[in-house]
Amino acid sequence: MTRISITVDGVRYDDDVESRTLLVHHLRDRLGKVGTVVGCDTSNCGACTVLVAGDSATTRHAVKSCNVLAVQADGTEIITIEGLAGGDGSLHPVQQAFHDRHALQCGFCTPGMILAAVDLLAENPDPSDAEIREGIEGNLCRCTGYQNIVRAVRDAATALRGADVAEPASAVDGQMPGTPQAAPAVPSEPESVPVEAVPRPVP
Amino acid sequence: MTTVQERPTGEVGAARKRKEDARLITGRTMWTENVMLPGMLHLAILRSPMAHARITRVDTSAALREPGVVTAFSGRDVAETQGSLPCAWPVTEDMVHPDHPPLAVDEVRHAGEAVAVVVARDRASAVDALATIEVDYEPLPVVLDMEEALAEDARLVHADKGTNKAYTWIFDSGEAGTGHGVDAAFAGAEVVIKRRYIQQRLIPAFMEPRSVVVDPTGDQHTIWSATQIPHILRVMVALVTGTPEHKVRVVAPDVGGGFGGKLQVTAEELIAFMAAQRVGKPVKYTESRSDSLLSAHHGRDQIQDLELAARRDGTVLGLRVNLLANMGAYLGIVTPGVPLLGAFMYNAIYKFPAYRFVCTGVYTNTTTTDAYRGAGRPEATYAIERLMDELAVELDMDPVEVRRRNWIRHDEFPFDTVAGLTYDSGNYEAATDKALELFGYEALRAEQASRRESGDPVQLGIGVSTYTEMCGLAPSRVLGALRYAAGGWETASIRVLPTGKVEVVTGTSPHGQGHETAWSQIVADRLGVPFEDVEVLHGDTRTSHKGLDTYGSRSLAVGGIALVNACTKVVDKAKPVAAHLLECDVSDLEFADGAFRVRGAPSDAAGKTIADCAFAVFAAHDMPEGVEPTIDADATYDPGNFSFPHGTHLCATEVDTETGRVTIRSYVAVDDVGRVINPLIVEGQVHGGVAQGIAQALFEEAVYDSEGNLLTGTFIDYTPPSAADLPDIVSDRTETPAPDHPLGAKGVGEAGTIASTPAVINAIVDALRPYGVSDIRMPATPERVWQALRGGARS
Repeated sequence: MTRISITVDGVRYDDDVESRTLLVHHLRDRLGKVGTVVGCDTSNCGACTVLVAGDSATTRHAVKSCNVLAVQADGTEIITIEGLAGGDGSLHPVQQAFHDRHALQCGFCTPGMILAAVDLLAENPDPSDAEIREGIEGNLCRCTGYQNIVRAVRDAATALRGADVAEPASAVDGQMPGTPQAAPAVPSEPESVPVEAVPRPVP
Repeated sequence: MTTVQERPTGEVGAARKRKEDARLITGRTMWTENVMLPGMLHLAILRSPMAHARITRVDTSAALREPGVVTAFSGRDVAETQGSLPCAWPVTEDMVHPDHPPLAVDEVRHAGEAVAVVVARDRASAVDALATIEVDYEPLPVVLDMEEALAEDARLVHADKGTNKAYTWIFDSGEAGTGHGVDAAFAGAEVVIKRRYIQQRLIPAFMEPRSVVVDPTGDQHTIWSATQIPHILRVMVALVTGTPEHKVRVVAPDVGGGFGGKLQVTAEELIAFMAAQRVGKPVKYTESRSDSLLSAHHGRDQIQDLELAARRDGTVLGLRVNLLANMGAYLGIVTPGVPLLGAFMYNAIYKFPAYRFVCTGVYTNTTTTDAYRGAGRPEATYAIERLMDELAVELDMDPVEVRRRNWIRHDEFPFDTVAGLTYDSGNYEAATDKALELFGYEALRAEQASRRESGDPVQLGIGVSTYTEMCGLAPSRVLGALRYAAGGWETASIRVLPTGKVEVVTGTSPHGQGHETAWSQIVADRLGVPFEDVEVLHGDTRTSHKGLDTYGSRSLAVGGIALVNACTKVVDKAKPVAAHLLECDVSDLEFADGAFRVRGAPSDAAGKTIADCAFAVFAAHDMPEGVEPTIDADATYDPGNFSFPHGTHLCATEVDTETGRVTIRSYVAVDDVGRVINPLIVEGQVHGGVAQGIAQALFEEAVYDSEGNLLTGTFIDYTPPSAADLPDIVSDRTETPAPDHPLGAKGVGEAGTIASTPAVINAIVDALRPYGVSDIRMPATPERVWQALRGGARS
């Protein structure tokens, strides 16, 4: 057993974990973060995607939480689908766009897909459709054929760029005290160095 | 009527955003895997590594000594009590129907068959303990190929049955009196097209792995399952286990996709049920993806031998179909019937007069096959649409023109088909014309010609696919005639609460389709209540005690009629209450715009709403004489016919003749699904359906090695397409109302999948015709295309 401390959706959790425990199982089975789901066992489907940053984070990155050991996540801050909306219940622009564009059917891939899209838009705030398709290709959806997902990500990009000007912090406003900075609604500085505290999945 | 009418007023027809989304986009979804119960234990399953073997010894005793293990047992321990998994569709009287034990007892017949289980305090302990179970297998010969399985001296999947043939089922239009005999048609033919097409084995690959929780409390058993069929599951658990039906409750909470793959009563459900009974505690089992790909039922896997007879003017005279359908090692809930659903669709939208269909079901040492999106109809549509293209080439005719010469004209409906169905309505001309226009057919043909002329290494191909399908399973009398064990009705209940809010209970069981939204729209219109005031309840046999669930594009086509009928009954029951409140005669009242008013009164005159009536019957202080104090109502509806959506899909592919790479350049889908309740949902169904059909054409195949090991047991090897693999499609509609549906609606769930596979393959073959290629095996991977280019006519 190893003692780890991680912050998930603004709450710090200190736990003893088996060295073999995957982050996704720690999130689900120990922390009750069951919004994050497991869709495969080879890190192909992306259903378990969360956003992870190290303790000196300026950026977060989408990580397949089945591809990370819980012990490797020690000291990180994690945003799951459950922590993406504002504390007042206001949806993140990507969540809103998925709803508006009917970008989900069964919804099983949706948490991971949304978080992958948040990461994509952080890196590329104005992606072309082809760049969106490339950017989410690590996340499988069996229901939608992706077309409405692409539309939703495009809409969210527009909304987030608008928010950058008008309401710089709209995506993180209204969160509960103590909640860490939400996933970057807009990218921080383009030259910001990605956090390497946790391994990133090979796309 | 074939133009799309926008109906801005009213809920039906509005692009309502889905009610379901709120929980799904915030991670507050109740998947079965999220069910946590006090004292819950976890189940792990040991699966056979061999495709065919005798089990000579199983020893689970070491597992019992592992930390956290509560119990462990094998098939032998429950051999006398476990029963046999059900097949509800014995398609012929003499069908060979082997026992299908949830846990293998003496013999395993496919890789991945469940052999033994461990129940432990947590999943990791259960999985760890599996490694301590000892099983001795004595390998038996494996039979994988259907034609080998039918040979005289074939190795047998079920030795005691003496054959690998499950059944032979025949339809002959001459014998049935639905058309002429097919032999005469061929005798008079000027052209005969003979082809063999392979429908490769596919895996439904729903994103949510199957999961089940069984909670035995006293003599009550609650089963949560990631299933499409909670109602059928309840009946089947009662029948298989002998548990009284009223002591079984099944809950399908949020279910993450199905596509037919969760239309099953699974070994895992029954095993979890046995385990929970054994330990007297709640037990959960959730499969891994590799377990899912290995052991959840597969789909397709047919060999189609086809002969089409025609005249040189393009008139099709008759069709012979000789089908081999791989059952796998056992029969699932509707395994034998899947190819029969195709039997009625080989004639498609055409009116040729003679047809003979012979299907032989074959056992092999592979995972059981069963329904996968379209179930029989994609295979049939693929076959006929590939043949129509081959005929066009043979006659040097445009493929659209060949179809035009044979299809049923819009003024010929209702149309009695050669396969014995009555098509309700359609307008193939309108859908095709619209598709051709959106596609820019002529311009693409011109570009194709110039690329051919210039010897462009990247050739352009154009694929045409038209389809209709029988959806809305199904008229019970038809199912009975086909020897299916259950009916095809559907049910709905409406409960109007004292404050005027409405609860709708449906017997359908959505797993992504958006019934909560669409049903709310229908009820809002019919009862004159706000969309937001309607709550749709489903998937729990305690609230929805009756229903036949969701598959076969039936939910709206059948369940929607039950829902409309229940609404009508509510209005009828509220009418005397309203008349009493308005102090008028019932015969003077009419119901419009959400209120009862005296006939002829202006629409802003004071009336009584459904909510007023609901409160009146709640208080019940002043009821009219002899009137029951409720306006709640149930309706059960059994359709008189299927409904027949149709459409035309066009695909342009660019095929790199140097690398074999296929790129879909444009794709147009024009579907006619009758009147649309929610265009947002319909478009989503088309997108997803087309994606799955493209996936069959280009990407997916379940492959076994010569020993019967599944080589495509992960998403690394079995490859559902990603966003980067798929094109944007153009989807549009024509609208021919369903004459037998009060809303005019037809089904849409399977349409895209049925239409798109032949559109893509026809396009690839069309691109490669100048190279002598006339067929390509699916999936048309770059390697296969490259080989076909070098191998000439056939891959």
